[in-house]
Amino acid sequence: MGQKRRPRKKIMEIFSQMPNVEAVGRYLAGKEGFRFGVFESRQGFLLYPYSLAERFHRHIEMREIQLSLNKTQKIRLHRALEKLEFLSSKVNSDASVTIADSIPVNYEDGVLKGHGTLEFNGEMVATVCGVVERVNKLVYVRALRAKYKPEVGDIVVGRVCEVTQKRWRLDINYSQDAVLMLSSMNLPDGIQRRRTALDELNMRSIFKEDDVICAEVRGFQHDGLHLQARSQKYGKLERGQMLTVPPYLVKRRKQHFHHLEQYGVDLIFGCNGFIWVGEHVEARDDMVEDQGNKPDWQNVKSNINYMSLEEQERTYTPIETRQNICRIANGIRVLSILGFNITIEVVLETVNLSSSLNLDIHEMLGSEFCVLVAEGEAERRSLSKKK
Amino acid sequence: MEYVSPEGLRLDGRRPMEMRQIRAEIGAVAKADGSAVFEMGNTKVIAAVYGPREVQHRSQQMSDQALVRCEYSMANFSTGDRMRKPKGDRRSTEISLVIRQTMEACILTHLMPRSQIDIFVQVLQADGGTRSACINAATLALADAGIPLRDLVTSCSAGYLNSTPLLDLNYVEDSAGGPDVTVGFLPKLDKVTLLQVQNLLNCVILGRFSALVVGKMDSKLPIDTFENVMQLAIEGCKAIANYIREILLENTKQLEYRRGL
Repeated sequence: MGQKRRPRKKIMEIFSQMPNVEAVGRYLAGKEGFRFGVFESRQGFLLYPYSLAERFHRHIEMREIQLSLNKTQKIRLHRALEKLEFLSSKVNSDASVTIADSIPVNYEDGVLKGHGTLEFNGEMVATVCGVVERVNKLVYVRALRAKYKPEVGDIVVGRVCEVTQKRWRLDINYSQDAVLMLSSMNLPDGIQRRRTALDELNMRSIFKEDDVICAEVRGFQHDGLHLQARSQKYGKLERGQMLTVPPYLVKRRKQHFHHLEQYGVDLIFGCNGFIWVGEHVEARDDMVEDQGNKPDWQNVKSNINYMSLEEQERTYTPIETRQNICRIANGIRVLSILGFNITIEVVLETVNLSSSLNLDIHEMLGSEFCVLVAEGEAERRSLSKKK
Repeated sequence: MEYVSPEGLRLDGRRPMEMRQIRAEIGAVAKADGSAVFEMGNTKVIAAVYGPREVQHRSQQMSDQALVRCEYSMANFSTGDRMRKPKGDRRSTEISLVIRQTMEACILTHLMPRSQIDIFVQVLQADGGTRSACINAATLALADAGIPLRDLVTSCSAGYLNSTPLLDLNYVEDSAGGPDVTVGFLPKLDKVTLLQVQNLLNCVILGRFSALVVGKMDSKLPIDTFENVMQLAIEGCKAIANYIREILLENTKQLEYRRGL
């Protein structure tokens, strides 16, 4: 039905895009049971596995819509991705499932159904697309490309969407807004005391709508997800960019705050897929205290044109730092477009690659750099595999 | 008019039991949580899913399940003559409702309480069978968004013209005025979740399905023929489900190996 004729056309398309192909040769895949395509080039001829060739084409179709690659770049990208596939295929083969696939389990041992599974007619069925994970008796499906699922202790970056009574509501890329209570964060003056009605009235001087904040997941309460910011490292983030990447690309690690001394930049990997790249702030408590001491803070903000000299001094970011921020941010963007894991090592490597090539910041989002990053990643992973 | 030639070919050169070429693509809308493009021949549909996210109107929030919303629209340029008002008419309201109900039945809404899921489907090219294409696209987009589903719901239409059951009607065949059914099907559970019948007299069978019937009932169709037509549509649904599954598995594998360890 319909589909049967598809592969031949597709593979012919691919072959005709390949360089050095003098004549696109005979292609025999249409015959029943024949699993290879043949094409002839100046060097000779080559047999191509059927399934491989079809997969080839889909690579481009799916996620790189925004990238306009030329022919050589396409092939280089393919080659890099092929390599990545080859490297990972040995580790866990056939663990991927789609919705309604049955998961083979041994019922005699007793199993615990985890997330993403459902019991149906005595067999276990997946309810999301993802990878089957088994921990002792527990069987669950780890979904890729899903919304962020908070866990207690996660460090998240969020944006204030509402200031209400005694609490801020934050958008943290979860199915509900998170709540940050006034009582679960340190006050600017740093004293532990009861929150008064005055504090409640001054909540906007701490965080107001659209501010970007870093906090920690405290846990679920009856009215939703609660956050806390009880340390000096948490709080408002200023002078930088917030990036949004798919949350599954950020792994939970010991260290989520990074200070890159050579760039003068702070990097915060929020577990929820929000990444903060901003100017390094020395001793955050000083800065926050500054705000608390100024009673006319809001007035200063409102007429921004008449900023005092010292105010300007305080908020000034040197051009090199700004460029560094942009460079790192673009590096992360490229990694997220390609769907690679985002860790501090990989980000630094990407940034170094771009500066060693003398690329301008805007050129980092071009297709050529994307291909280079993919190739670099393939190289890196194959090296770490050998060790 | 002759819809099936003596040689047994339809107007677009297909056999009666043949489906149009289908093509699907995941990840068409960058900012959406899940998105897909689905093509059935010349019918082309784009779907985007947002959510589960915070409920926009607090009064609609449900403490035990997610709220599912759906909006169907046709692009101005989707039909032969340019459409004036692409959404908000009776037809698109009805199709929105149908898609919403079909998807709601297979989403595990109780796992995402106090949240809302928005499904937007837009027809880019209309050549018959838009509602089936929309349901297929919406399924793909929901799966891409990582929303837990009971099963992959797929949909396909079938009709009865020139005393021949025809699978997957195109625009010309659809507007011929013969009886046709649109079926939504859950392949794993082997259940029909949606059955829309148009231009059909016999609806005695309805007791067997949790069905929804619209359309005028004037042309006559014997009950056994109806069974045949419907079985044909179900077969079409199964074929589409296989294709969708293949695409999803490929996508999942790719995401996984790209991410690495």
